[in-house]
Amino acid sequence: MEKADNGNRIAAHITVRDLTMAYGSFVVMRDLNFTINRGDVFIVMGGSGCGKSTLLRHVIGLEEPAQGEIFYGEQNLTRADPARRHEILRRVGVLFQSGALWSSMTLAENIGLLLEEYTDLGPAEIREVASLKLALVGLKGFEDYYPSEISGGMQKRAGLARAMALDPEVLFFDEPSAGLDPISSHLLDELILELRDSLGATVVIVTHEVGSILTIGNNSVFLDVDSNTMIAGGHPKELLAHSTNPKVRRFLTRGKEERR
Amino acid sequence: MASSEVLSFERTGDATVVLRLSGSWSLQGGLPSVAEVEGYVVSAPRPMGISFDTRRLTIWDSSLLTFLSKVAELCQQQRITMDRSGLPSGVRRLLDLAEAVPERKGARKETAAPLLLERVGNTTIATAGSAVEMLAFLGEMTVAFARLLRMKARYRASDLFLLIQECGAQALPIITLISFLVGVILAFVGAVQLKQFGGQIYVADLVGIAMMREMGAMMTAIIMAGRTGAAFAARLGTMKVTQEIDAFTAAGFSALEFLVLPRVVALALMMPLLCLYSDFIGLLGGAAIGVGMLDLSWTTYFQETTRAITLTDTFGGVFKSSVYGVLIALSGCLRGLQCGNSSSAVGDAATSAVVSGIVAIIVACGIFSVAFYILGI
Repeated sequence: MEKADNGNRIAAHITVRDLTMAYGSFVVMRDLNFTINRGDVFIVMGGSGCGKSTLLRHVIGLEEPAQGEIFYGEQNLTRADPARRHEILRRVGVLFQSGALWSSMTLAENIGLLLEEYTDLGPAEIREVASLKLALVGLKGFEDYYPSEISGGMQKRAGLARAMALDPEVLFFDEPSAGLDPISSHLLDELILELRDSLGATVVIVTHEVGSILTIGNNSVFLDVDSNTMIAGGHPKELLAHSTNPKVRRFLTRGKEERR
Repeated sequence: MASSEVLSFERTGDATVVLRLSGSWSLQGGLPSVAEVEGYVVSAPRPMGISFDTRRLTIWDSSLLTFLSKVAELCQQQRITMDRSGLPSGVRRLLDLAEAVPERKGARKETAAPLLLERVGNTTIATAGSAVEMLAFLGEMTVAFARLLRMKARYRASDLFLLIQECGAQALPIITLISFLVGVILAFVGAVQLKQFGGQIYVADLVGIAMMREMGAMMTAIIMAGRTGAAFAARLGTMKVTQEIDAFTAAGFSALEFLVLPRVVALALMMPLLCLYSDFIGLLGGAAIGVGMLDLSWTTYFQETTRAITLTDTFGGVFKSSVYGVLIALSGCLRGLQCGNSSSAVGDAATSAVVSGIVAIIVACGIFSVAFYILGI
C-alpha cells in the first residue's frame, strides 16, 4: 500500500495500526487496521452506536487510544509531543455533527479566529478570506450573523467553511447529512466532492447514509457492533457487488437483502 | 375492567385452551393480569397449545398487545404452542414486530444493589479519580497562568472585556441589596445587645470591622458563586454538549487558555472592586440603623467607624475577595469542563459548581482566619 511518490509524498495519508478504543474497561472497538490514501473519499460506516464517531475522535487526537497508533504520513500522532501534534493537526479540518460553531462569535469571527492564530494576515485580509470561505459554502453575506441566528443546515455549511479555513490536507466529516433534507444532503455531497477535487484534500466521512456512501465514497471501513471490530473495507461499490458478508450486504442494501 | 367480561377460557377436546377476548380493551381500563392465564396453563391437565377467539372483540389498543406479549412469553417458558391465527391481523403484525429483534445478551442493566463494601470501594475509587482530575486541572491552570504572565496565552481580549462587564458592573444591583441588608442585620443584632450596656455607639465599630474584615468579602463571594460560578459551569457545560470545546481542541486551541483563563482573570480583577463596594454599602446599612434607631448622628457614626477600622482590615478583606474570586471561577469552570453529554448534566454541573465554590470559599475563609491571627493582622 505505502508507495513512495517522488520520494517524499507517500500515497498513504492516514494509517491506523492495531487501534483499540476503550472508555475505562469498556472496549468500543478493537484491532482496527486500515489506510486512508491521499485524495480518498474514505467512509467510516456501520450501524448506529457502533463507535464510528469515537473512531473519528481518536483519529483527530481528541481521545487517546487504549492501544495502537495513528500515523499521518510518516508522523506518529499517538506518540508525538504536544508541539508536533499541534503541527500535524493544524493541517486537519473537522466538521462536527452539529456544526459546533463557537456560539459567542459571528460566522466571520469563527473562521477568522483560525486565520488569526495560524497566519500573519491583518484584520481586513482575514475578513476577506472569511467572506470567501463563506461564499464557497453558499453563505455569502452572512458574515456578521451569530450561529444561533441561522438554520441548522446553514450552521452545518458554516461549520464546513470553518473546517476549510486553513486549506487543510484532510477534512473530517461527522455525520454530515444528519438533520438535513434530501436536497441539502445531496448538495452537501456534491460540495464535498467539489472541494476534494479543487483543494486536493483527503476526505474522511463518518456516516450511515447509504446513498452518500455509494455516490461519493471510494474507500471505506465497516465497523460491526457485535464483534467490536472492522469486518470489511474497500470501495463501497465493490463491497456492494462482491462482499459475501451478510451484515455488510444488509447495510448496503438498506436491509432489502435479508440475512442469508 | 372485570376480567370475566373481556377474557374467558374454554378447553377444547384436543388439549388446547381457547382464550376468548371480547369487549373493548383499552389502556384507560387498566391492564388485565396474566396470572389468571398462568394459573390456567400451569394447572393440570397441562394444555398443549393456546389459541384465540376474538370474534367479539370490539376495540383494542396497546393494553391487548402488552397482555398478549406476556402470554407469548409465558407460552415460551412453558413450551406451549401459541396459535395466533385467531388474532386480528394488526395485532399479529405488531406482535411480530415486537419480537423481530431478540433481546441482546447483556443489554439489560444490573439492577441488584451492590454490597456495602463494593459501594464504599467504588466511591473511594471515584473520589480518588476526581481528586487526580482536580489536581491535573490546577496544574494545567498554573501552566496557563505562567503563559499569561509571559504574554503568550491565547485568548480573545473582547471575551475578557465582556466577562469583566458580566461579572463586574452587572453584579452591582444584587451586591447593593444584599450588602445593605447584611449591614442592617449586623447593626440590629449588635444594637439589641449593646443597648443594655448603653454602648450603642459601638454598633459602628461592630458593623465596620465585621464588614471590612469578613462579611464584605464573604457575602460578595457567595453571591458571585451563585450568580457567576453557576453561569460559568452552565456555559462551559453547554459548549461541551454542543461540541464547541471539541472544536477548540481540534483546532489546536487550549480550552483552558481560551475559556477558563479569561474567566478566572475577570473574576479575580472584579471581586476586589465588588468587595470594596460591598463594604461601603454595608456601612451605609449599619448607619441607617445607627441613625434611624439609635439616635446617633451621621457624623458621630462615621467618626466612630473611621476610628474603628484600619486600612489593614480593609485590604485584608479585599485580598481575600480576590482569592475567593479565583476559587469561584476555577470551580465553576472545572465543573463545566467535567460536564457530561446531556441537558441534565449541564444542570448538575451548575449545581455542583455552586456547592464546590461555596465549600472552597468557606475552607479558604477558615485558613485565612488562622493565618491572619498568627500573622497578627
